[in-house]
Amino acid sequence: MIQRYTVPAVVLHWLIAGLIFVAFPLGVYMSDLPLSPTRLQLYSYHKWIGISVLLLAGLRVVWRLTHRPPALPGDLPRWQRAASHAVHGLLYLLLLAVPLTGWLMSSAKGFQTVWFGVLPLPDLVEKNRELGDALGSAHQWLNYLLLALVILHVAAALKHHFFERQPFLQRMGLGK
Amino acid sequence: MMLKSLTLLAALTLAPAAHAIEYRSVVPAQSRIGFEFTQMGVKIPGHFKRFTAQMAFDPAKPESAQATLEIDLASIDAGSPEADEESAGKLWFNRTAFPRARFVSSRVRALGNNRFELSGTLTLKGRSRPLTIPVRYVPGKDIAFFDGSFVLKRLDFGIGEGMWADVETVANEVTVKFRIAATGK
Repeated sequence: MIQRYTVPAVVLHWLIAGLIFVAFPLGVYMSDLPLSPTRLQLYSYHKWIGISVLLLAGLRVVWRLTHRPPALPGDLPRWQRAASHAVHGLLYLLLLAVPLTGWLMSSAKGFQTVWFGVLPLPDLVEKNRELGDALGSAHQWLNYLLLALVILHVAAALKHHFFERQPFLQRMGLGK
Repeated sequence: MMLKSLTLLAALTLAPAAHAIEYRSVVPAQSRIGFEFTQMGVKIPGHFKRFTAQMAFDPAKPESAQATLEIDLASIDAGSPEADEESAGKLWFNRTAFPRARFVSSRVRALGNNRFELSGTLTLKGRSRPLTIPVRYVPGKDIAFFDGSFVLKRLDFGIGEGMWADVETVANEVTVKFRIAATGK
C-alpha cells in the first residue's frame, strides 16, 4: 500500500509549483526590461501570480498543520530524515516569505498591488525608497534560496524514486 | 444736505472696500497640484512641485475673477524616479520642446454655496483645449483656499503616444486634484 499525500495537499503542491515555474523566470526577465507597456503588464502578471501563490501557500500550510503527511520510508537514514524536515520547513516558509516580500516591496516603492487588476490589497508599509530597495534585495535573495531548495527537493525526490526505487513520486500523486 | 450726500457717497464707495478682500497672491507653500493616473488597474498618485499662478478673486464679484497657472513639468513626481524620467520623453510631455503646462481662465460662473465653474484653456504639449473646472472657495481668516478636481483625458493632449497610446495599460483618464491658497495682500 503506497502512502500518499491527501488530494488537497497534492493539488495545492502542483498548483503552487506550476505558478512558481511561471513567476520565477518572469521575474528574472521583466526586471531587466526598459520601461514599456509590456514591462508594466508583465510586472502586474508577476504580482497577480505571486499573490495567488501566497494565498495557496497559506492554505497549504494550514492543511499541512492539520493533516499528517505520509510517513517517510522506515529505512531512511537519520540525517536524510532531518534534512527532509528542514528543507520542507524552509520551503513552506519561503512559499509565504517570497510573495510577501514582493508585495511589501511593491508598496514601499509606491505601487499598490491590485490582484488581477480588480482587488486592491492594502499597503502594509509606507512608501519609502530605502525600504523598497531593501525589500527588493530580500525578495531577490529569498528567491535564489527558494530556487536552490527546489532543486534539492526535486533532486532528492527523483533520487529516491529512480535510484532507490521507492514510490516517492506516487506520494505526491503521480502514477499508481 | 451737501454733507449728507458726501457721507452717503463715501459710504457707498468705501464701505465695500473696507470689508471685502480680493485674493491676489498665491501662496505656493500651502498650494498643491496633484494628479492620479491608473496603470494596470493600479492608481498612482503624483504631483507637481513647482508652478506659478496669478489670480484675482473678489468674493463679492466672482464673475470678474481671473486665473493663470503655469506648471513647470520638470518638477513632476509621477510616483517613481523611473516614471519621472520617462515622462520627459517625446512620447509623453516632450519636455524639451514644451517645458510648461499653462491654464488661462476665460470665464467664471457662480453656482452658489461657494462653488464656481472656472472655464478656460489648458495648453499642454503644444495643444490647447477648452476646460471647465469646478472650484470650491474655502474662505479663511487671512488665507483662502480654492479646491477642485477634474478628469483629463491624456490622449487629448498627446500625452503618452506610440506604444503608450494603449489605454488598457495606462488609462486615458487622469484625475487632477488641486488646492490653491491665496491671500489678499
